[in-house]
Amino acid sequence: MTADTHSLSAPHERVSLMRDPRTRSLIIQIVMIIAILAFASWLVNNTMRNLAQANIASGFGFLSSRAGFDIGQVPIDYTSNASYGRALLVGITNTLIVAGSGIALATIVGFIIGVGRLSRNYLVRGLSTIYVEIFRNIPPLLVILFWYFGVLAVLPGPREAYELPFSSFLSNRGLQTPAAHFDPLAVLTLIAFAVGVAASIVLARVNRARQMATGERRPVLWPILGLIIALPLAVFALSGFPVTFQIPEATRFNLVGGWQVKPEFLALFLALSFYTASFIAEIVRAGILSVSAGQTEASYALGLKRGQALRLVIVPQAFRVIIPPLTSQYLNLTKNSSLGLAVGYPELVAIGSTVLNQTGQSVEVVAIWMVVYLGLSVAVAGFMNWFNARMALVER
Amino acid sequence: MEEQVAAYVARDQKPVLPPPPSEHGPLAIVRKNLFATPVDAVLTTVLLLFSLWAAWNIIQWALVTAVFVGGDRVACVTEEGAPVGACWAFVGAKLGQFTYGLYPMGERWRVDLAVVLLVALAVPLAIPRVPYKRLNALLLIAVYPFVALVLLTGGGFQISGGWIAFLFILAAFISATLARANVTAPALLLRTATIMALLAVAVLLVANILSSGRVTFLVFRFSVLSGVSCLFALASIGASTLAAVRAGAPRATGPAHILLPPAFVVGLLIVLAGDFGLRPVPTNLWGGLLVTLVVALTGIAASLPLGILLALARRSHMPAVRLVSIIFIEFWRGVPLITVLFMSAFMIPLFLPEGVSFNQLLRALIGVALFSAAYMAEVVRGGLQAIPKGQYEGAMALGLGYWQMMRLIVMPQAIKLVIPGIVNTFIGLFKDTSLVYIIGLADLLGTVRRGFADPNWITPTTAATGLVFAAFVYWLFCFGMSRYSIFVERRLQTGYSR
Repeated sequence: MTADTHSLSAPHERVSLMRDPRTRSLIIQIVMIIAILAFASWLVNNTMRNLAQANIASGFGFLSSRAGFDIGQVPIDYTSNASYGRALLVGITNTLIVAGSGIALATIVGFIIGVGRLSRNYLVRGLSTIYVEIFRNIPPLLVILFWYFGVLAVLPGPREAYELPFSSFLSNRGLQTPAAHFDPLAVLTLIAFAVGVAASIVLARVNRARQMATGERRPVLWPILGLIIALPLAVFALSGFPVTFQIPEATRFNLVGGWQVKPEFLALFLALSFYTASFIAEIVRAGILSVSAGQTEASYALGLKRGQALRLVIVPQAFRVIIPPLTSQYLNLTKNSSLGLAVGYPELVAIGSTVLNQTGQSVEVVAIWMVVYLGLSVAVAGFMNWFNARMALVER
Repeated sequence: MEEQVAAYVARDQKPVLPPPPSEHGPLAIVRKNLFATPVDAVLTTVLLLFSLWAAWNIIQWALVTAVFVGGDRVACVTEEGAPVGACWAFVGAKLGQFTYGLYPMGERWRVDLAVVLLVALAVPLAIPRVPYKRLNALLLIAVYPFVALVLLTGGGFQISGGWIAFLFILAAFISATLARANVTAPALLLRTATIMALLAVAVLLVANILSSGRVTFLVFRFSVLSGVSCLFALASIGASTLAAVRAGAPRATGPAHILLPPAFVVGLLIVLAGDFGLRPVPTNLWGGLLVTLVVALTGIAASLPLGILLALARRSHMPAVRLVSIIFIEFWRGVPLITVLFMSAFMIPLFLPEGVSFNQLLRALIGVALFSAAYMAEVVRGGLQAIPKGQYEGAMALGLGYWQMMRLIVMPQAIKLVIPGIVNTFIGLFKDTSLVYIIGLADLLGTVRRGFADPNWITPTTAATGLVFAAFVYWLFCFGMSRYSIFVERRLQTGYSR
């Protein structure tokens, strides 16, 4: 074959090097790399000179100097005497808190609305559609500001706070709920819970193996519920209810005691969850619609009940379509938590910008932001990819 | 032979009975759609009560107890105890600011004119039946941005010789490419055109490194070297034109075609540098919806071509190109826009050499454009991946080069596939423009935010009213875009779907 093509080829003609695909691509790549390096060195040069002129020492040394500002919400120990590094750590923790709780609520609301969009009930479908079309088309920042300035800031003060069930109070200082203080004995309940979860996993495995071997189906739901809920409750009762509730009380100027959720967090949390839920709803709807009607019919034909068909046939297939876009929505929510800056929720960007204003170390602070967010993105994406691989269709 | 039929068998077909009343008519529709099962019935009742309650409250707030006229906050604060609804008087009083920001009153017609021109160019383009699409698109993409720029800022830009030389070099390269389309054009002249253009590039590069004496031509100030570079570019254009004149009978492009790019550059220079007697309006006076639209439209205009290039680079066979593109895309997609905006606000000034400064709006624009380009690239890449390999191979078998293949075969199909994704990115971009308020620009949300912090208007409902108004404006734009994308999608459907 080789000889054949050789004999057919025309006598060598002098061709420009740029006409040879391999040489050309090499030249293009080299030129591009040189151009990028030149541009980068130009930027670095300018930056160095500008920094030197502004008398800013570059480097991360500033992280250990005293911060000197207070933070409204501190989930980990922090005082204004702590270092900048500690302040940024508080910011990261706050970001994680709001992102985690936001993801949880957004998923729940999103799944409910998404299923509602496909309901046969006209009212359910209509309301879900209205919800999705309103929240998808409004900037999240605006929703955050609306909750903060439009709703929470104009609530009555602590003295005339709205009383909610379970002796919680809602006022312009946020939401005040009873705080639970657990005695040491409560550890037993936790252990019972862990035992229950472990036992139900074992039970499920055994039952599945049994079904595979003999075809016999044993009840799963009730034993598992008993193990996970009833067992810890029983232990809790036996150990003498080792918990005391601290109930918020209205004093002259403020509500004292209990557990306080600040309005900044509340505004950010509610806005992010409601906004992202509208996207998740659309993803869920698309996922369910992507499973063809034949699958439902076939599972009925196999004799599965409606619930079984949903659980064993429809949902696993829908999940495959749902997971990848769901991942990017989770990432979006995490990134959007940086909007907390607008209402003063002390997350990473808000604290970072304070640090930046105080020290002028813009390059370093921006670098920290980038690293943290890229790290979070990689972590969430990695977890969801693992989950996706577990759910993926196993083909030959 | 007559068939023997028992007397109790009907001789002919009986009339069809109407369906039972439980299966048709309004009552049946209500029963099927709202009360199909007990759970459904409960759900419907609860939701119906909820909707009525919500609708009643919204009407109360927005209409019944709302205040429509008034000069300041006194109008929106009624006597103790009475509920006060929306303070629409606030929106009415601040409407000018919400639209134009602090743009001078006497000059606001310029903004209006720019918007009218945009609508006049964009609407015919969006309606499939209107003819002259090519001319229309050319006007919108190549001419309108500069006209709008001059209208909004007042024009009279100082353009350095280097930039003029750069523009003429671009024109020279395009002219040379056009001239080469004629097979019979004299090769010597074509080669001269290319060499002259390359020389112009080289001289321009040198001019950026070495400083040389100053020459003034009309209102433009050249350094000697950039002037020389400009002359080389002009010479190259001359050679291209001459080649087109000398070309034999089957002409793909005439001399008039060749002269179009330089003519465009001249026109551009006249528009940008000319004095039209417009008062200059610095960008820090711009605000409201004007800034929102400027940021969004610039982002949209920049992100689509950049995104396509990035997507092509990411699917390139050259490893270095692919790697650079992947790093670029994943970096921008991994960080929140707000940190990008902070970066553009704080770090671009550090990146620039002394004496050069970008204003705040331009810095935000750069950040937004790069950010949305990365998202656009991923959308376009999705479309590219969906094109079967046979399309690429077919194009190559026809003898098309890489760019021809992409332009004529692959991109039209890929873009068609991802129109929903592209419009989604546009909608996301439009919503994200609201973030520029955090770095101190007064966009629509920013002016509303400043408006309800105004002591003259502080009332419990001002904030909510202003934000509801802003939300409605954003919603209108985004919802409009999404509906138009559905329309385009249906129109471009060529019957492949099942």
